[in-house]
Amino acid sequence: MSTSLDTPTTAESPRETPGPDRDLAQLGLAALLVVVGAYTFWEATTLRVGFGDPVGPRVFPYVIGAVTVLLGILLVIATLRGDVPQAEGGEDVDLRHPADWTTVLKLVGVLLFTVLTITFLGWAVSGALLFIGSAWSLGSRTLVRDVIVGFVLSVASWYFFHEGLGVILPAGILDGVL
Amino acid sequence: MENLGLLVDGFGSVLTPENLLYAVIGVLLGTFVGVLPGIGPAMAVALLLPVTYGLEPISAFIMFAGIYYGGMYGGSTTAILLNTPGESASVMTALEGNLMARAGRAAQALATAAIGSFIAGTIGTLLVVFFAPALASVAVEIGAPSYFALMVLAMVMVTSVLGGSPLRGFIALFLGLTIGLVGLDLNTGQSRLSFDQPLLADRIDVVVVAVGIFALGEALWVAAHLRRSPAHVIPVGRPWMSRSDLKRSWGPWLRGTAYGFPFGALPAGGAEIPTFLSYITEKRIAARKGHDDFGKGAIEGVAGPEAANNASAAGTFVPLLALGLPVTATSAVMLAALQGYGIEPGPGLMTDQPELVWALLASLLIGNVLLLVLNLPLAPLWAKLLRIPRPQLYAGILFFAALGAYAANLQAFDLFLLLLLGLLGLMMRRFALPVLPLILGVILGPLMEFRLREAMAISGGDVSALWSEPLAIVIYVVVSIAVVAPFAVRRLRPTPAAVAADQSLTTDDTQTEEKVR
Repeated sequence: MSTSLDTPTTAESPRETPGPDRDLAQLGLAALLVVVGAYTFWEATTLRVGFGDPVGPRVFPYVIGAVTVLLGILLVIATLRGDVPQAEGGEDVDLRHPADWTTVLKLVGVLLFTVLTITFLGWAVSGALLFIGSAWSLGSRTLVRDVIVGFVLSVASWYFFHEGLGVILPAGILDGVL
Repeated sequence: MENLGLLVDGFGSVLTPENLLYAVIGVLLGTFVGVLPGIGPAMAVALLLPVTYGLEPISAFIMFAGIYYGGMYGGSTTAILLNTPGESASVMTALEGNLMARAGRAAQALATAAIGSFIAGTIGTLLVVFFAPALASVAVEIGAPSYFALMVLAMVMVTSVLGGSPLRGFIALFLGLTIGLVGLDLNTGQSRLSFDQPLLADRIDVVVVAVGIFALGEALWVAAHLRRSPAHVIPVGRPWMSRSDLKRSWGPWLRGTAYGFPFGALPAGGAEIPTFLSYITEKRIAARKGHDDFGKGAIEGVAGPEAANNASAAGTFVPLLALGLPVTATSAVMLAALQGYGIEPGPGLMTDQPELVWALLASLLIGNVLLLVLNLPLAPLWAKLLRIPRPQLYAGILFFAALGAYAANLQAFDLFLLLLLGLLGLMMRRFALPVLPLILGVILGPLMEFRLREAMAISGGDVSALWSEPLAIVIYVVVSIAVVAPFAVRRLRPTPAAVAADQSLTTDDTQTEEKVR
């Protein structure tokens, strides 16, 4: 699961089918580390050093940036030497099939839609659309039921936060209705 | 004895009808979320944090305590009924627990897990009451250099010693440290890594990080690899135990507690080692007594590891409360929650906010009792949750993750951050990067920088101040041993623990034998 914090727990799923002995996608991760580390390091050079503070605001970003770049390089070496990550298993995870990135892209699209519209539509509508869209992306074909569940969840959570917790989630276009 | 008095005061402030209601809601919500497949205790606490936003600190704590224990109990339910450990600490419970369930003894397995968790949690929390204040009174004396060293120790232990791959651990740690840099610099007030976004200058909320990495990352990862066949859920009756079940369980409960607590209390982190040790011990004892039904569903194999798991969870409150150091993902999220109530992590935590800390400890004991009272009768109901169709389940997780991230500040930008962190969480699962070092980096990075600058300001910039205290030197020696030892041992021979960690955990008998050998 989920939080498999420290060790990947593989429940029922057998190990990944014997794949290539190199995982070249890891080079992408390594590149990301190098870029992030280099940017962190560079940005630190733009900071002004204060007075009476021997360490200053630059030291931590310098160290963190430099080590991140170094870790990226080490990952390149490890990858080329045949280090293959054992991707995390889980109860609902089946690693025997190739990853289904279409579903992930649909979910990212649904979430982006929520980010862009939540201020205008308000939580009650945006949250419901988020639930309906996600369920649909994940393969649910019981649209009517999902719509009902989505609206019940979002309206109930709006009232729960509003009445129970005093957190006023924006009502958006339903302002005055709720 | 003074501690007991303070604990009684803690009970006094916690035990009001209103607070008890919050405790009941916490236990029910925590169990509900914890039972859902794919959600461990850390994620349950992170997802449910927003529910406590509007509450007084003490009411919020008693609710956390319920959520925390409920989430842990939920994890053992999925382990037993679905053979799917919700977290690494439940792996050992799943071994015998699922075999018991398949043999028609699911109710007894759930009962021994619940009662064992209760006993271990109660003993563990009482031990925290005695140990944490003593440690804290020593800890307030330690200077910035030693505290800095302690944080280095916590990071190195979690990153390099406990994980499978030190390189991946350090990559996760430094990604976390980078996230921790984002925001205003403590002394000069300049913003770092914030891309001129005023909302980023305010630092990234640890709750958003936790929910993004745990909940959203998990949902996206599952979406990429969703199992198409439905999971097999074993029906459960009302939990009860026969006299012989009880007789076989109480020894493992107590021994499991004895294993679990020290591992949690010494910042050695994690419950994998004590649950594993408890499992082997019970297997050996059963073999010596001549009734070895390990591999066929032995109740001792559920009772011991479950108790060890809970005792170690209670033990993690010792470093958390006495030193402000979280060593598990769940305690890291709890610490983030405490920070939300203005409780600053660090050795002063117990002396600065005694009434809150004692209320928290009293809450833990109450939450533990409620867990047993509520959940034994409700077990069949919880088991039904395992049948929720997966598309709706993960859509619900996305819904609540978004709600939690949004309710904190009511900023659409936080949802965008949540999405980015979710994609990071997805990437971490794809490349097997552990989550705990990242969370620890986010929380401890800024604290470390603060302590370092404090130490250097006092010494006038003399770096040797960092090892000017004996305690600091001792800690650095421990750190170097901890870093070097695994390599040295690996050179000599593969350890059983390493073998166990390397194997995919299945209930396949031969593998179990090999691992436990």
